[in-house]
Amino acid sequence: MATINVIPADAIATQTPVTAANFKGKVDPDWCPGCGDFGVLAAVQKALVELQIPNYRVATVSGIGCSSNFPGFIETYGMHTLHGRSLPVASGLKLANHDMTVLVTGGDGDGFGIGCGHFVHAMRRNINLTYIVMDNQIYGLTTGQTSPTSRIGMKTKSNPYGNMDSPLNPITLALSAGATFVARGFSGEQKHLTELLKAAISHKGFSFLDIFSPCVTYNKDNTFQWFRPRVKKLEEDAAYDPTNWPEAVKRATVWGDEIPIGKFFERTDLPCLEETEPVLDLGPLIDRPLHIAPDVAEAFVRELM
Amino acid sequence: MTKTFALGIGGAAGQGVATPGDIFALIFSRRGLHLNAYNAYQSIIRGGHTFLTIRTGVDEVRSMGDGIDLLIPLNQDTMDRHLRLLTDGGACIYNADSIKPGTPAPGVQLCALPVSTLADITRNKVAQNTLAMGAALSMMGVGFQSLESVLTAQFGRKGEAVVKENVDIARAGYDYATANFKPFAHALPMTENKYAVISGNTALAMGGAAAGVKFYCAYPMSPSTGVLHWMATHGRQAGILVRQVEDEIGVINMAIGAAHGGVRSMCATSGGGFALMTEGLGLSAMAEIPVVAINCMRAGPSTGVPTKTEQGDLWQALGAAFGDFPRVIAAPLDIGDCFTLMPEVFNLTDKFQCPAIVLCDLLLSEGRLSVDPKILNFNPPIDRGQLITSNGTAHEPYLRYKITESGVSPRAIPGIEGFTHVVSSDEHDENGVLISDEYTNVTKRRAMMEKRQRKVAGIEASVPKPTLEGPPDADVTLIGWGSTDGTIREAREMLAEQGISTNQLQIRYLVPLHGDAIVDILGKSKHTIIVENNFTGQFARYLRSETSFVANGHIRKYDGEPFMPHHIVEAVREQLAGRTTLSVPTHEVMV
Repeated sequence: MATINVIPADAIATQTPVTAANFKGKVDPDWCPGCGDFGVLAAVQKALVELQIPNYRVATVSGIGCSSNFPGFIETYGMHTLHGRSLPVASGLKLANHDMTVLVTGGDGDGFGIGCGHFVHAMRRNINLTYIVMDNQIYGLTTGQTSPTSRIGMKTKSNPYGNMDSPLNPITLALSAGATFVARGFSGEQKHLTELLKAAISHKGFSFLDIFSPCVTYNKDNTFQWFRPRVKKLEEDAAYDPTNWPEAVKRATVWGDEIPIGKFFERTDLPCLEETEPVLDLGPLIDRPLHIAPDVAEAFVRELM
Repeated sequence: MTKTFALGIGGAAGQGVATPGDIFALIFSRRGLHLNAYNAYQSIIRGGHTFLTIRTGVDEVRSMGDGIDLLIPLNQDTMDRHLRLLTDGGACIYNADSIKPGTPAPGVQLCALPVSTLADITRNKVAQNTLAMGAALSMMGVGFQSLESVLTAQFGRKGEAVVKENVDIARAGYDYATANFKPFAHALPMTENKYAVISGNTALAMGGAAAGVKFYCAYPMSPSTGVLHWMATHGRQAGILVRQVEDEIGVINMAIGAAHGGVRSMCATSGGGFALMTEGLGLSAMAEIPVVAINCMRAGPSTGVPTKTEQGDLWQALGAAFGDFPRVIAAPLDIGDCFTLMPEVFNLTDKFQCPAIVLCDLLLSEGRLSVDPKILNFNPPIDRGQLITSNGTAHEPYLRYKITESGVSPRAIPGIEGFTHVVSSDEHDENGVLISDEYTNVTKRRAMMEKRQRKVAGIEASVPKPTLEGPPDADVTLIGWGSTDGTIREAREMLAEQGISTNQLQIRYLVPLHGDAIVDILGKSKHTIIVENNFTGQFARYLRSETSFVANGHIRKYDGEPFMPHHIVEAVREQLAGRTTLSVPTHEVMV
């Protein structure tokens, strides 16, 4: 059960410098002991501290699922939305106040199952969000059913005779949908993950980070022990060029004894949505006057006469 | 009702019905006349039949009326279907080269235009339309100058030659009619008034803009798409961010995200899209984020009849999203009200941090009405409720869902130092901490449920009670909601002329309903009849469920077309004569 950490009023002070304490959530996570999500939470908090972004300038928006309880465990402006709907909600929030750093957190079922349509379109828009998926290849909160990234043959409560549907490849999907930053991390590689998160948050445009975050309770196939010998960092291959899209697609299809992690792809030549949208040229919508200028309003009425 | 003049233009979709319609509307409104226009059409990309009715007069024109005075059929089909709408004194202007006239009622003038001798039809494909406009205005006693100036403005961009060609054709039609056709008995009047001609969808969009909407998103769906179109073309000037989104689930959630960010946020759709939005409305209620969703109703269920009207989504709106939560549901009474309602509704959602649903319908959304431009007030009162937008002085640790007597908790917008918090679709405590999985949460759950529901009393107190219009001792009380207002009013005038006195209770807010006030009013009525554009009497059932009130009779229509005034008149008469308690008028013309 979650316990409540009391935040004294005098703790509310200007955050210079930003420290880890600023991001400590009101409650401790209620994830299972050993859950991969602990590592992701720690890496996100560390990345925000290293980037020196004050907690009140960050919004963390999630869907529904174990990993989607994330906003409750970090001290930022948090939002726990509907199953699969974190990306549209986060997009609306970002467009209302684009000076905020908006992180979107969730799981593979939330993002690639029920929310897959929104995932594809958010990438097309190149809206400046950082989408962090804690991918455990299983539905955990509902106690162990097949997910869109479960392997063929995997036995779960919903597929006791083995999964028959091909797993979705989130990396190739993101590459084909036009994401401008595509990476894969592993909860068991903290330092590497923190660096990826920093790069993703700093990227201007849609950044997608698929993170292996093993479920220690319901997924006995894709465990820490299973991933650890297989993951191989792209950054360790000096010849790998993450601006080369065809090569990124090629690497993204590698799966088996070796599974690449790291930054598959990044392009910085495309403007993000907030830059292409002229209405936002004058600053965030939230700072704009409510009433329409009288001459503009008059012109709207004159059109009808 | 003083004298009105109605004209009908019909043809195949793509034959150019809209342009003469727009031109007539502009000429009428510039003459200081009121007008009401309704377009009956079908969901076909090209082809199908379109019939536009424009009714004009010195006084407010509240409905499309019952008949027409002038018919302009652009094809044989329209001639065959609509000639019978003309009565003594009416006229039909048609292309003698391609259309065979039918047999009109006595006293109807058939005006055959020799189109190919008056214009070079190989050069100008819509010559028959332009000739007919010229001829019609001559017969209405309208000077040619008014048409010339509209055509000059319309074709100005295409150059002087095109302007001259069209003006010449129009003048040929005008002169031919002056020489050969009998003018209407009364010339079209003129006043010094100035009116704006506006569609319901444009009014909803402009009303939202006036309310301070800064974020609008939508997925195209008839008949709501006009709201998106106005927003898309005017958003940049108005400082409104407009997004077309992948589906209506994305739409409502994006609108909620923007609203949580602190801006007024709105979306519009029709029944099918609204169905997809309902889970999101629940999020708005639970997380206490104000958002406005407009449902421009069309005939359902399912894809239904996309281009036809109905008031069939009331129960969908009442039950939208699972669970109990406060909501506001309002239905504009006419096209002008589509504008004026929006700032009101936004003030309510902001003050009470709950979702609001606006139930419009195709009749208003796609209809056009002349309104006094003064009602298009872009400076309406705005009340954003308890909103924290800056970090002022030192304060207690912030509780987003603080338990208060009113049920409303001050809402801090994200980005302010010292107010970080979590908002949630899971049940939560005052601090936004999820309690959904705690086994000791019954006390907190109950407290939060009661906090949210306490807002209902505040909403009720903020919305005026409905009032009865007309003589209190009338023979009949007609009860309607939303868009039927104008047609019922006109029917009442006709009934008064026939010696039947009526009054009217028109419901604008479905939630809060003010059931006690309604029962007080109706308890004194002699004979109550509920008029609604659906099959099952959705409002009648709602009123009964809330108040136990059962009306004496019902008038319902569910054929896709709106009521015409005579439908209500005849139904009231047959019900007063004791012949039935449920009248379902027949729409006489296939459109």
